[in-house]
Order: sequence, then C-alpha cells, then structure tokens
Amino acid sequence: MIEAGQYDMRTGAGLIACPRCDALHVEAELTEGETARCVRCGHVLARPREGAFTQIVALSFTSLVLMVAAVFFPFLEVSRMGIGNATSLFGVAMAFSEGWLMPLTVAVLAFIVGLPALRAVLLVYVLLPMRGQGRPARHAGEAFRLSELLRPWSMAEIFVIGTSVALVKVAGLATVSLGPAFWAFCALIIVGAASDVFTCAATIWDTLEDRGAFTDGREVVPDPETAAHDRQIVEGTPPAPDHAA
Amino acid sequence: MSASDGLSDHAPVLTAHRAGLVGCRGCGRVWPETTDVCGRCGAPLVPPDRRSLQAVWAWWLAGLIFYIPANLWPMLRTQSFLGLAGNTEATILGGVIDLMHYGNYGIAAIVFVASIVVPIGKFVVIAWLARVAGKPASVEAAHTRLRALEAVEFIGRWSMIDVFVVAILSALVQLGFVASIHPGPAAVSFALSVAFTMLSALSFDPRLIWRGLPLRTRRDRTAE
Ligand SMILES: [Zn+2]
Ligand SMILES: [Zn+2]
Repeated sequence: MIEAGQYDMRTGAGLIACPRCDALHVEAELTEGETARCVRCGHVLARPREGAFTQIVALSFTSLVLMVAAVFFPFLEVSRMGIGNATSLFGVAMAFSEGWLMPLTVAVLAFIVGLPALRAVLLVYVLLPMRGQGRPARHAGEAFRLSELLRPWSMAEIFVIGTSVALVKVAGLATVSLGPAFWAFCALIIVGAASDVFTCAATIWDTLEDRGAFTDGREVVPDPETAAHDRQIVEGTPPAPDHAA
Repeated sequence: MSASDGLSDHAPVLTAHRAGLVGCRGCGRVWPETTDVCGRCGAPLVPPDRRSLQAVWAWWLAGLIFYIPANLWPMLRTQSFLGLAGNTEATILGGVIDLMHYGNYGIAAIVFVASIVVPIGKFVVIAWLARVAGKPASVEAAHTRLRALEAVEFIGRWSMIDVFVVAILSALVQLGFVASIHPGPAAVSFALSVAFTMLSALSFDPRLIWRGLPLRTRRDRTAE
C-alpha cells in the first residue's frame, strides 16, 4: 500500500494516465463535488457525486422496470379504413425476420432492449454491494468493464428519436395511437441520462480497489490533507504547454 | 487524482509512454511497459503506437464497402393497392425526397443529416484523423483533432436512426390491402456500415493525437 500523493515512476503505482492523451497525473482522493480534469487535454478524469452509488442503483432498477413495461405493453397502433394493426417492441425487431435480414432482428433487439437491460443489471451487481461500506461482489471489476464497453452499443435513446421520425412518416397514411410501451421508453431515456450524470468510472474503479476487489498493494490510502494539497497545485496550474513531438 | 507531473508549471507534460510506463485506456491505472493486461480492470494494455491504426483502417474500409449498397438498394418497399403509387421502393435518398414532397422538412432534415451527412462526415473525419495521427501537432491542432474525434464518437451511433425507422414502419404498417411496408436489403448493409464505422472510431487511439510517434521499422514489426 502506498500513501496518497506518493508515486513510483518505475512501477507506475500512485499515478494515473489520461486515457485520451497519456499525460501522467498523481492520483489523489477527491471529495464529492470536485472535478479532476486532465492538465493537457481537459478530459474529465474523475467527478465523484454525493450518494452516487445509491442513485445509480435506484435508477438502474427503475430502468429495468421500465424496460419490462416497454417489452410487454403495446408499443404503437395504427388504423386506416377499419383496418388496424398494433405492434409491440418485439414486433418491431421481428420486422427484419424475413429471410436473410434475420440477423438484424437479433441486433435490433440487443441495441434497444438487451444491452440497456444488461448494463442496468451489471451496474446493480457492481454497485449494490458497495453502498455504505460494503465489499464488492465477485468479478465486480469484470462486470463494470463490460458495462463500460457496452455503453456505445446501448441505443434506447436513438430508438425513441427513430420512433418520432416513423410517426411523422405514418401520420399521412393512417391514424396512430401511442401505447404505454412508448411512454415507458421515453421515461427510460430520461432515467438513462440521469444515471450517466451520476456515473463516474474513476470513482467506481477507486472504490472497487479500496474495498479489496484487487489486492496487489497499489491501492492508494486516502489521506485528506495530502489530497487537498495536491488539488491546490492543480487548480492554480494552467494546462501546461505540450512540447512533445 | 490530479496534478501533472508535479515538477513545474512550465515543464512539458510527462506522458506514461515517455516515462517508460503504459497507461490503461480503460481505467487510467499506470503499469510498467512490459505489462500486458491491466490488473485493475482487465483491459489489454497497448502503448500508443501507429500500428493500432491498422484496425481503424480495416473497420473504416468495411464500413465504406457496406455504405455503397446501403445507398443503392431500397431501404423500404411499400405495397399499396388503393393508392396510386402501387408498389414503390425507396432508397435512403428517395425517402428524404418523399418527406420533402409531403412538406415534412424538419423530419427530412433529420433523416438527411443522420443517414447521409453524418456517415459521409464520419468517413472523412476518421480518415483525416488516422492520416495525421502520430504526426507532430501544435496544442491547438491537437485540441481540434480531439474535438473532431469526440464528435464522431458521439454522433456516429445516431445514424442507426434510419434502421429503427425502417423496423418500426415495417412492423406497424401492415394494413392488408390499404398499405404494407417491408424492409429492403439496404437496411442490413446500412446497419453494418454504421456498426463498422463505430468500431473504426472506437479503435482509434486518441493518445496518438497528442504526440508524434515514429513508425516502427519494418524489422521491428515482423519481430513481434
Ligand atoms: Zn488528457
Ligand atoms: Zn485498467
């Protein structure tokens, strides 16, 4: 274990490299509400929020409930000249089930239902045991990494915008009514956006480490005094010029 | 987590690569250069090297190849027995023109931007970033490149809108003899093109923007 503010240039212990530009930073424990930015590129390295774990767990549970509602309730219904047709979310994905378009059904289901739900489950798995002073679950690190990797592929919010475009296209052709699943989906994107505000990957990694998920002796012991001193250094420092060629 | 190299305000920024270390792109942990996998998050550790651009170019090319049929083949087939139109097939561009025809200029603009401007813009920006990656840049140029990459990463996923629109229309508009809509083959190639360009942008290592790293010699490359 090493003290906060100390680092080892040979092993990299106590250091953080910006994932966007590789600039080295001395690791320090932040208090809630503070933001650590990369001195070189301005990338947000950490932004812990008060009570974030509880909030994310609550929001993930909410999005799972909404997702179940979105899957099982009617999504949209059209009618024209006495002929009507209703579709569920599942029906939307099944639109590609003809012939060789079939793989797209699986992909669409994964993008709009599977991956958002999986990410919510993973976040609950990682964060629920760590609320308060709890120890992380087994393989919590792998679970959180998977959740971060899946982030760009979870497209619930894009699907909602797609729905609005489709509604405009259909409007001239038939009368459309919106089902509960549509509203569940709209709520889902708000919940997802709120969850993203609270998610700070660096804080989650740090907590996983401090709570013993990894015991390789590299975890930084929190020392508020040194941390405050380090922050003073950064906050008074403009981004250093980049002379690297 | 803060403070640069902590030496002086005016010292050049020290990077993990220069210090003989390797930083994890998943979680930021720093490891000795010979480490292969991050002990904290399990991500593979790769030094910022132009060789990683091969993956960028491979996905970029795959995306471009699928983007061509996506524009030539029909996205939607509409069957309407009552309407005058009869059976029609619409490509991506055709769909935009139809929307404008009916006066839906706002929606036409969304579809045009999401399916035509964004994909082409992405190909251009990724190609440019990959060409200039690792070449010396001024601080301003590096910031511009990073912003361009962030824009591509943020906006690229939104091209999937058109695939969802096709899915929703095909599932919804099944009104027997009044009208029915079926997806066309372009939906698959467009979805693949979007996915491949997303993978291309994701495999671009933004650390290459920030410093000119020499290309390894051919002998080094074959040795590994
Ligand atoms: Zn940075
Ligand atoms: Zn890592």
